[in-house]
Amino acid sequence: MAVETLGSASRSTKVAPWNDPAIRGWVFQIVVVGLVGALAYFLVSNTVENLARQKIASGFHYLDREAGFEIGDTMIAYSPASTYARAMFVGLLNTLRVAVAGIVLATILGTLLGVGRLSPNWLLSKICEYYVEIFRNVPLLLWLFLIYKMISESLPGPRQAVNVLNSFFLSNRGLYFPIPLANPIHQWMGIGLLVGIAAAFFTARWAKRRQEATGQPFPTIYASIALVLGIPALVWVAGGAPVATSWPELKGFNFVGGMVIQPEFTALLVGLVLYTSAFVAEIVRSGILALNKGQTEAASAIGLSRGQVMRLVLLPQAMRIIVPPMTSQYLNITKNSSLAIAIGYPDLVASVNVTINQTGQAIENVLIIMAAYLTVSLSISAFMNYYNKRIALTER
Amino acid sequence: MTDVVPTGERRQLAPPVLDTGVMGWMRKNLFSSWANGITTVVLLVAIGWMLSWFLEWALFTATFTAPNGQACRGHGACWALIHEKYRYIFFGSFPYAQHWRPLLAVVTMLAMLVSSADRRMWNSRLIWIWAIGSFITFLLMFGVLSFPISLFLTIAAVVGGIGMSVRGAIAEPVELNAWRALAAIGVIGLILRIAGVMPAWSLTIAAFDYVETGMWGGLPVTIILATYGLVFAFPYGVLLALGRRSKLPLIKGLCVGFIELIRGVPLISLLIMASVMLPLFLPQGTSIDKFLRALVAVILFAGAYIAEIIRGGLQSLPKGQFEAADAMALSYPQKTILIILPQALRVVIPPLINTFIGFFKDTSLVLIIGIFDFLNTANQALVDPNWAGFPAEVYLFAAFVYFCFCFSMSRYSKYLEVELNKGTRR
Repeated sequence: MAVETLGSASRSTKVAPWNDPAIRGWVFQIVVVGLVGALAYFLVSNTVENLARQKIASGFHYLDREAGFEIGDTMIAYSPASTYARAMFVGLLNTLRVAVAGIVLATILGTLLGVGRLSPNWLLSKICEYYVEIFRNVPLLLWLFLIYKMISESLPGPRQAVNVLNSFFLSNRGLYFPIPLANPIHQWMGIGLLVGIAAAFFTARWAKRRQEATGQPFPTIYASIALVLGIPALVWVAGGAPVATSWPELKGFNFVGGMVIQPEFTALLVGLVLYTSAFVAEIVRSGILALNKGQTEAASAIGLSRGQVMRLVLLPQAMRIIVPPMTSQYLNITKNSSLAIAIGYPDLVASVNVTINQTGQAIENVLIIMAAYLTVSLSISAFMNYYNKRIALTER
Repeated sequence: MTDVVPTGERRQLAPPVLDTGVMGWMRKNLFSSWANGITTVVLLVAIGWMLSWFLEWALFTATFTAPNGQACRGHGACWALIHEKYRYIFFGSFPYAQHWRPLLAVVTMLAMLVSSADRRMWNSRLIWIWAIGSFITFLLMFGVLSFPISLFLTIAAVVGGIGMSVRGAIAEPVELNAWRALAAIGVIGLILRIAGVMPAWSLTIAAFDYVETGMWGGLPVTIILATYGLVFAFPYGVLLALGRRSKLPLIKGLCVGFIELIRGVPLISLLIMASVMLPLFLPQGTSIDKFLRALVAVILFAGAYIAEIIRGGLQSLPKGQFEAADAMALSYPQKTILIILPQALRVVIPPLINTFIGFFKDTSLVLIIGIFDFLNTANQALVDPNWAGFPAEVYLFAAFVYFCFCFSMSRYSKYLEVELNKGTRR
């Protein structure tokens, strides 16, 4: 009886094709993809027609042509005679420079503020709270304008520059400071630095393994610092310790020589850091608050010091909560660095924008911007996902 | 025995002075240890120094009225500049004599937003409030509104279609036929309109002088871009989120690709795209308003972010809700609209408000493509040579206005988070 009922039920599941969910699903998908394709065809055909009518060239050939515009702040050699591709690369490097510096500084300041908000000192926690509320409730662009105008209009001109020890000069043209003259030994010092970092990494791994096996601790932090700083220093001494330095000097209306931090860069970096650190502070605070109080108590009960409780017990757990939202803040810094264009810092968007105006090839250029930011964003999130997976709780 | 139990009046001892009242509070919160005490003193000195410097500049030596910037020089803050320019900062180049129109539009939009914040209003009434409020807002801003027949037909088709799919197998045949008729009128009308059989009728309401979007500026522009950017992005964000959770591979792939593409690039690149590429995308002869281009970019951008938030809400629902809806033999639209979305959206209201705050701030980026939003009009107020050299005053004023909006919204979102979780918290 039961078998028969079951059999009749399975027979009745043979439905008409227009009622079959699988077939319906495919029809629906084909319709949607068809509509999207039709829209794409409509847009592309219009674009091709418009380009032909306005006699705008297409393709990426223009990248090899001479750019012909100045860039105020370059990390690599660049002149108006360089190609568009190089101009964009200069812009990309500038974007990466401000993004990396911003991520590091915002993390440090944000963590300090987040911990400060949890301080037992009422005054300190209130100040941190007001800071967070003020900075995250006003647009970043407004902060950038305000900071940039403050730097360029409140600081004195180069002739009246604030002079510290005749080597640091602060004016509305930026901060000038002495740097060592270029010397082949610097490349070797860079290699020494990389060697030092690698050595520190392996030492830390060895120390951890030894401690797990024998229980003997090793002063990893001091050893790492000594390795990372010591090896380049040794290379420098071995190379004859060259001390030739380029000093900034007032010539005409501006300084010559030395190294300069441009006001545009400063304004962008300060704005990004102040704004983002408010968000980072909230993330850090909620990460620490989410931990069970028993964790602190249990860690103290087995005799760990206060620093060890924080470093070995609380932070590793808080990190699991902190890392995913922190990733999106890092992505935000990278994307927000494109606001540079508003205050004249020559980042990628600024370079590309000039290129659009000069060549008229909007589509290729917008594609370049999008591809560049997507690559950077995806690399950051890939790295952070890898890190997140490494620190994630291992469950059954 | 009698010795153990004390008898007679006992004198109540007051608690130590240092543990109660102001002194006790200070000792506990400001001077609990040496390090704490030193921190407090250092901070107090720093705050006092900064506050006195700021008050000196902003209040005691400030100029509140002056004929021009020259009269302000050598003093503290020049608030006279704000006094002189505040109408421009708030309303941009809107015809001066007509400034009451953007003012009323702002008041209408704020009234809509505030009334939507009240939980008692969260029902079908809200749709009517927004329809009427939006009509008033845009009538005030444009002065002349013209609704093409295809707009009404599209609304009929969409409403009829939703009614048909949600009420199918639930409603009486009479009601169902009404929905079908509505959808049919809409679809057939649209086909006739596209085929050119139906002329381009439109309903035009002319109440005031026409003001084109190029003249709009200031606060109304910022609020319109943020509010309507999100209102239009919402339905399409919901569709993207549902698509991303779909089991159909092509749909899922399209939605994931689109969401990740948009979230991976900065808003500026979309704004530049909208301003230089959108004209190329459209057939020859159609020109699209600059303001509308910015709105399109904001909608495209916001949709991807809204989709990710709603996906969080969808994921937070227990599987049983989906299975129970399937067991009741509800169709996909019925399951989604009647069972899933009401629960998923309730969870995501606070993060959605935070997104709104984000977009309220991010609309300031439209100044890069030359739209006069609130920050841009503030910027332009600095250009006047008569009043050159007082950027801090104007930016602080603008910052104060932005702060008032964003701070109140963030407080509201925090309040809602507590309020909406009352049922689930023990």
